[in-house]
Formats: sequence, structure tokens, C-alpha cells
Amino acid sequence: MKKPSLRFRLTDAFYIAMMILPIVFGIVLKVLTKPATTGISITGAGIYFTIPMPIQDFPVTESQVNSVIALVVVLFLCLYLTHGLTEKADLKRQHFAEMAVTKVDDLVKENMGEYFNGFTPFIIAILALSAVSSLLTLCGLFPPTSDINIVGGWAVLVFFLITYYKMKCGPVNYLKSFTQPVALLTPINLISEVATPVSMAFRHYGNVLSGTVISVLLGSALAGLSAKLLSFLPGFLADIPLFQVGIPAVLSLYFDLFSGCLQAFIFAMLTMMYVAGAFDAETFFKKKARKSAKNKS
Amino acid sequence: MELAIGIILGCCALGAGMAMIAGIGPGIGEGNAVASACEAIARQPESKGSVTTTMLMGCAIAETTGLYALVIAILLIFVAPNILVNILTEAMQAL
Repeated sequence: MKKPSLRFRLTDAFYIAMMILPIVFGIVLKVLTKPATTGISITGAGIYFTIPMPIQDFPVTESQVNSVIALVVVLFLCLYLTHGLTEKADLKRQHFAEMAVTKVDDLVKENMGEYFNGFTPFIIAILALSAVSSLLTLCGLFPPTSDINIVGGWAVLVFFLITYYKMKCGPVNYLKSFTQPVALLTPINLISEVATPVSMAFRHYGNVLSGTVISVLLGSALAGLSAKLLSFLPGFLADIPLFQVGIPAVLSLYFDLFSGCLQAFIFAMLTMMYVAGAFDAETFFKKKARKSAKNKS
Repeated sequence: MELAIGIILGCCALGAGMAMIAGIGPGIGEGNAVASACEAIARQPESKGSVTTTMLMGCAIAETTGLYALVIAILLIFVAPNILVNILTEAMQAL
């Protein structure tokens, strides 16, 4: 195998640096603007600064900045993984990239069917963005997914997709679908239509936020416990919250790593199911066949 | 005034606690789902992958009602007291 040229390696270094630098930037920004606190402090996203606007001031919050950080990290991760693609695949990262794309491709084919073959990039984008956003907690940053505004935005996007694929069979069929199976149930159908994005947003946001709240509560409880139990130790040893070392890491393994990745997967799966379920393939193809027959005659 | 603020804070905390009674339902439901998944895997070990995926999806959907309660509890603890106390002080100033 040929040794990579200097230029190739420099580009690699640039991509890796651009993956790490935004996170460092976020940490520095947080350290500079947020005062350190001890004890229980559960707050929403802090506001860095506000931009004056004619109707209402536009606050730039921690979650917005962190979601842009996540976007940049995902962008340069993709650039790094696809750098130096060859037909023989002699770089390890190409195998990884191919594996990821094939896995999601299979998932999409299995869950959505033939018509939605082009959906892989969208699903993989949702997966990567959600997972990276949730995993930002590992660096001590505020996870954007524990802010309902961010997750609500994704859910509204999915809602538009669902409505678009319902409209594919024509607006008349779309309006008629609300009166199924009985016209009496129309209000309930309307509520369930709105409940889809709301429940998707609440599910993702509630899971990540509850993990944060439980972690903070457990941390302060362990500090209080060690202050009570270890107060007999001499000198400065009594002031160190010894129980806080290591034990929260076990919970963090579940709440940050496992739950973050699982919620990303569930959000992507629900997107696939809702979009695929919204599309009435039978009526669509029947209509298409009728139209082409009419054009011929 | 202090009494009124105390009642507001106490009732918000009580309401949050009562809202989380809804956590019972998802607990039972998810337990049932996982039990059935265990039985299915025991009967057909080769279908472990798809059963696990379906179980996770089902758990996520069963969790929804509990999460609604969680959101309401969080609103009651972190958001509602400030708003209610502001309304109270404004009303007292108007008197």
C-alpha cells in the first residue's frame, strides 16, 4: 500500500481538528459565561446574548449554540470518513463509513419499503445529529436535545413530511382520511394528527432531560451523604465528597451513552414508520395507472 | 403574603408529586412488554434481533404517557411557581 502524501495527512489533521475545536469552543464559552455553583442547580439553557428584533427580542441560547456545534462536528466527521475513498477500500474508515450506510440502508428498506429508497440520507442525518447532540453531555456541555425547542423543530419537520406523503394521493383523499372510519370521529382524528409531533418531541426531550435531572439529584445526594458519614475523618479529608467519585459515572453510562443513542434510534425509527404509514401506496399507484391510461387514449 | 407564597410553592410540589403517579402505568406496561419479549426469545432464540428492536420501539411508545406526566411535573416545579408568584405580587400591588 502506498504511503499517504503529506497533503492527504494535513487534510486529515484539519478535519480531526475541526471535529474537536467546536467542542472546546463550547466548553470555553460555558466556563467563561456560567458561574460555578455547588449543590442542586437545575436550569434550562442559559442565554448567551439577545439580538434586538422588531416584534420580540431573539435570545441566542446555549442549546442553539450547542446544536450548531453538533452540526459542525457531524459535517467534519462525514468529511473525514469519506476522505480518500478508493475502489479497493484500503483505508479503515472507508469500511466504517460503508458499514454505517449499508446498515441504515437495510433498516430503511426493511421498514419503509421500495418507494422510499431515497430516504437513507435523511434518516442517517437525523440519527447522527441526535446521537451527537445527546453525547455532548459527555464533554460537560448542555445537550441541545434536552431543550424542547430543538427537538420540537425536528418533530415539526417530520410532521410536514407526513402531511406531504398523505397529500400524495390528492387533497380530497387527504381530507377524506379524517372522517375514517366514521364521520363522528373527525375531532379525535384531528387531535391524533397533532399528537404525533407533540409526542415525538416530548419523548426525546423528556428522556434526555429526566436523565440530567436524576444525575444532578444523585450527585448532590452523594455529596450530602459523604459529608454526613465521613465527617469523623481528620482535617481536610472530611471536606472531600468521596462518594461523588466514580458512582455517578455508572449512571452516566446509562443516561448519557445508552439512553442518548437509544433515543436517537427510536426517533429515527418512528420517523420512518410514520412517514411510511402516511403514504397510501395502493391508492397512489391506482391513480397513477388511471392517469397514464387516460394520457394514452 | 408569605403564607400565600408558601401555599403556592407547596401546592406546586404536591401537584408535581401527584402527576408522577402516572409513572405506574408505563412501568407495568414496559414490564409486560419485556416479559413477553423474553418468552419470545426463549421460544425462538434465532429471532432475537428483530424481537429486541420491536420491544425497544414498544417500550418507547409505552413510555409516552409517563413522559407527559414528567413534563407536567417539571413545569410545575420549575416554571409554575415563578409565574404564580408574579401574578400574586401584581394583584397585591393593584389592591
